[in-house]
Amino acid sequence: MSLNYMTPAFIIERDKDRCIDCQVCVRQCANEAHKWDEEEQKVYSEDANCVNCHRCVVMCPTRALSVRRFPLEFRYNANWTPETIRAIYLQAETGGVLLTGMGNDRPYPIYWDHMLLNASQVTNPSIDPLREPMELKTYLGRKPDFLKIKNGKLLEDIPPQLELDVPIMFSAMSFGSISLNAHKSLAAAAQQVGTYWNTGEGGLHRDLVQYGDHTIVQVASGRFGINPDYLKAGAAIEIKIGQGAKPGIGGHLPGEKVGEEVSKTRMIPLGTDALSPAPHHDIYSIEDLRQLIYSLKEATEYQKPVFVKIAAVHNVAAIASGIVRAGADVVVIDGYRGGTGAAPLRTRDSVGIPIEFALAAVDTRLREEGIRNKASLVIGGSIRNSTDIVKAIALGADAVYIGTGALIALGCHLCQKCYTGKCNWGIATQDPQLYKRLNPEIGAERAANLLKAWAHEIEELLGGMGINALESLRGNRLMLRGIGLTDRELNILGIKAAGE
Amino acid sequence: MKRVYAREEYCVGCKLCEIHCIAAHSKYKNDLIKTFKKDTNPPVSRILVEENKPVSFALQCRHCDDAPCTKACIVGAMQKDPETGIVTNEEDRCVGCWTCILVCPYGAIQRDERGHKVASKCDLCSENGKVPACVEHCPNRALEYGEEPFYLAKGK
Amino acid sequence: MNYVIIGNSAAAIGAVEGIRQVDKTNPIVLISDEPYHTYSRPLISYYLAGKVAEDKMLYRKHDFYEKNKVTTMLGTKVVAVDTGNKEVVLENDEKVPYDKLLIATGSVPFIPPMAGLDKNNVFTFIKMDDIKAIKEVVMVGNKAVIIGAGLIGLKAAEGLTNLGVDVTVVELANRVLPAILDEDAAGIVQAHLEKQGIKFELNTSVEAITGSEKVEGVSLKNGKSYAADIVVVAVGVRPNTEIVKDSQIAVSRGIVINDYCQTSIDDVYAAGDVTEGYDIVYAQQRVLPILPNAYNQGETAGLNMAGKISIFNGGFAMNSIGFFGLPMITAGIIKSEDENYEVLVKSVPEQGYYKKIILKDNVVVGYIYLNKVDRAGIVTSLIKDKINVADFKEVLLKDGFGYIDLPQELRKSRLLRGGIA
Ligand SMILES: Cc1cc2nc3c(=O)[nH]c(=O)nc-3n(C[C@H](O)[C@H](O)[C@H](O)COP(=O)(O)OP(=O)(O)OC[C@H]3O[C@@H](n4cnc5c(N)ncnc54)[C@H](O)[C@@H]3O)c2cc1C
Ligand code: SF4
Ligand code: SF4
Repeated sequence: MSLNYMTPAFIIERDKDRCIDCQVCVRQCANEAHKWDEEEQKVYSEDANCVNCHRCVVMCPTRALSVRRFPLEFRYNANWTPETIRAIYLQAETGGVLLTGMGNDRPYPIYWDHMLLNASQVTNPSIDPLREPMELKTYLGRKPDFLKIKNGKLLEDIPPQLELDVPIMFSAMSFGSISLNAHKSLAAAAQQVGTYWNTGEGGLHRDLVQYGDHTIVQVASGRFGINPDYLKAGAAIEIKIGQGAKPGIGGHLPGEKVGEEVSKTRMIPLGTDALSPAPHHDIYSIEDLRQLIYSLKEATEYQKPVFVKIAAVHNVAAIASGIVRAGADVVVIDGYRGGTGAAPLRTRDSVGIPIEFALAAVDTRLREEGIRNKASLVIGGSIRNSTDIVKAIALGADAVYIGTGALIALGCHLCQKCYTGKCNWGIATQDPQLYKRLNPEIGAERAANLLKAWAHEIEELLGGMGINALESLRGNRLMLRGIGLTDRELNILGIKAAGE
Repeated sequence: MKRVYAREEYCVGCKLCEIHCIAAHSKYKNDLIKTFKKDTNPPVSRILVEENKPVSFALQCRHCDDAPCTKACIVGAMQKDPETGIVTNEEDRCVGCWTCILVCPYGAIQRDERGHKVASKCDLCSENGKVPACVEHCPNRALEYGEEPFYLAKGK
Repeated sequence: MNYVIIGNSAAAIGAVEGIRQVDKTNPIVLISDEPYHTYSRPLISYYLAGKVAEDKMLYRKHDFYEKNKVTTMLGTKVVAVDTGNKEVVLENDEKVPYDKLLIATGSVPFIPPMAGLDKNNVFTFIKMDDIKAIKEVVMVGNKAVIIGAGLIGLKAAEGLTNLGVDVTVVELANRVLPAILDEDAAGIVQAHLEKQGIKFELNTSVEAITGSEKVEGVSLKNGKSYAADIVVVAVGVRPNTEIVKDSQIAVSRGIVINDYCQTSIDDVYAAGDVTEGYDIVYAQQRVLPILPNAYNQGETAGLNMAGKISIFNGGFAMNSIGFFGLPMITAGIIKSEDENYEVLVKSVPEQGYYKKIILKDNVVVGYIYLNKVDRAGIVTSLIKDKINVADFKEVLLKDGFGYIDLPQELRKSRLLRGGIA
């Protein structure tokens, strides 16, 4: 043994005047940060184990607890920050890659917060959504170049479309990375609100087949759980090329998380690691991608729109253009703040570009090329509230995906420990002791409430702009003004500065 | 009648039900801090969380239609209210002979030996006239209060 | 319709409540030779020890008869039942006609023949009046000999000890509580009682009660003798079938009843200690002089008398009792009778802790719990429902055995059925 240099990251504060030694905290902390001293007959803390997930704080019936950053300070150094130093201690000890969960938490600029929305005054009246109808309905899918109509009827069939009552979907999170109860919550909420949830790359559990009409089934490089029934079970198919949190990197679900249900659903042996290769081994070009898109369409008789999801990287606009030309019905772009169940810390924090730029660049490029109608554009990667959505739509998105936001609605407290499998909130875990903490009835209610609340807010914001249908805002960048942005940034975003 | 039904798939084993049951029946009604800090002799919990990880669930008196405890009680203290169906023990008269414990098929009766020995059991918080404290404070809806089990009601 | 009930204890009260669940109006006449409002018989030892006041002995509230429209004839003794004329004959030769009759006359003490039974201060211990008589004479520092170490004898021993009486118990069997405990458990209980100052003479019986007018002592068959101011005869009870001996009603050891608690004669029902009903553990007719059985049979009889067909498909021996703070619960068969029985035991004598479970063909048929008696009823219900425990046998003895230890399906079916115990 040698000395461990790691010091606690957090300190648990227990108000002894309020603590009744009921041990709820002891029973609830899967990290064993609270313990019971049999001899003293009281609870005590093991600060080093605390990940600051707030489970105990929220469950404590007397509100006796709070958690703070551990007060220990290093000598001030603007360059060698405590995080940097700790990371070195850890790696010096383990020799391993630093892992993390959830999205990039570095203090990069958040461009949504540098864009402001317009509102009507005098010349065009605003609309009160409580009195007047408001339309948020969105159709995702390839739109024809023009409509041929004869005798008041469409002459040609419209390609398959997904109909969304709200422009928000739940993004791909696999069964394996998150629990079945989390999937059940999201699936039921999607059905209730009239939108879609996404299986992620882990297949579709048999209990969820009933939500098929509101399900997007994903096909990723590991091809887990994929067969014709699976493809047909959903309303759409999404090919996952990349993910914002870890562009260029595959997935790795450790064998411990591959229990009986996960193994059945993924169609892999019990307890084996589920490795998703970094690339699809059959895709090395846009032409290869086109083959996969069309084989999926063929398998589903051209009834389902096919999505292609990529991470926002430097060349995103050109890649998106290729994807549309390859025949995708929907292009999905995941920004660098997108969440993950597990990613190498250094990749998560330094690879990729902001979704705001990627979205503006892709929308602009597709318009310039005259192919914007050939595919819908969905973005994700840290949509935090309804204004982010309104801004995204004004920038050119058709709809958004939310992942982290949805999990927060289910109880996630962003402790970033998803990769440990010990999620105290029953979300990112396959431990039966933990996943039962998420009652899918409650989860579905909360996730649905979030979507409804955001939909109301979107209606309010639209009404304020004098717009009564979301369709009229799409790509309407005149509704946006930048604040605190350089000319270059404004230029990329394609918006004017506030005051212009 | 309305009963409390446990749903073991969502019981998180926190035992908040037990804690709130104790407080609801203590002399510092529902005040947790006072109940546990000032009541030197707090009541026993009338609800019991059974656990064998990962399974856990809470169990209390089922207020049986044909309550064996009321029939076996040697002093006539255990009675089922003909109107509400709630089975309660008249603790004044109970002598703590534990015949009810002998016959309760659920093991739902506790020995309360703080003072004069009495059989202590769930009264569905009938004094409060509202949702039982355990149900009210269950953080995960693992306890439901209703005419029939949730499963049956929803046809699951 | 006119209901007549003979008796005023658990079985009789059960019958009143059974009848009134169905028939709220027709008259009920309740006749009892004891002059008291219905009281809890098991409480008499508490009453003796002064632990329960007389007014807290009531088995049902003061307004019970009034609320249930029962006409009582308390202090009235029945001497015969005339099933031909459908009437009961009272001591004073008056007759009470019935349409439906319940006989719930309970038990009477069994008094083995021995010399000196006629002396003053020889008591039995099953009625309020027995206690009142003892209370009249007992004094601190008295010596008492109790004949019989069964439930009643030991309850009497406890009550008298609490009054400062020096108690010796004489028992023919090799152990205390022979009907409900095996040797090991009995040893623990005996040691506990001895700590309280009670002395035991086992494997012997009383030859004679000595003294002139009043008791002065007892001489035992083993040659020993004890001085005594009081003697309590408590060797057991037998069905009180006196009033039917000249009738057509079939009697074996007790009045024979079927699942509906009917006797062999139409419109005549019987319930409680006086009967011989079906024992589901032994699968034969047996006398079961315990209160839960009396109430259940009484209630069943009452329901049937009032026209609601109802079945009591049998009881079995079960007792919960405690002495000086040592509780015990036992039920069914407590000693293996042959090689067909499987016995599970856990014993920590220093802590007065003992658990024994007896199985036959993977079904629990009896158990003994000493000290840690919590949740014993779960096991009782396994006996009653004849649950096959093959899959969870090994957890039966576990501390805190509970629903968590039952297979999920069994657990859920029981918990979800809610009120239907
Ligand atoms: C000291 C003691 C402790 C006990 N402890 C327990 C215990 O802990 N648990 C348990 O389960 N059981 C216990 N028992 C047994 C229990 O009391 C009996 O099983 C129960 O009382 C039987 O009820 P019953 O209605 O059949 O008869 P009883 O209680 O014997 O009542 C018979 C009734 O019939 C009346 N009667 C009898 N003859 C006539 C007649 N000729 N005319 C008119 N009326 C008549 C009597 O007045 C009485 O009201 C105990 C008994 C005693 C004595
Ligand atoms: S949950 Fe709260 S009150 Fe209970 S032991 Fe923990 S800190 Fe104390
Ligand atoms: S205490 Fe037991 S026997 Fe009595 S009503 Fe409740 S569950 Fe039934």
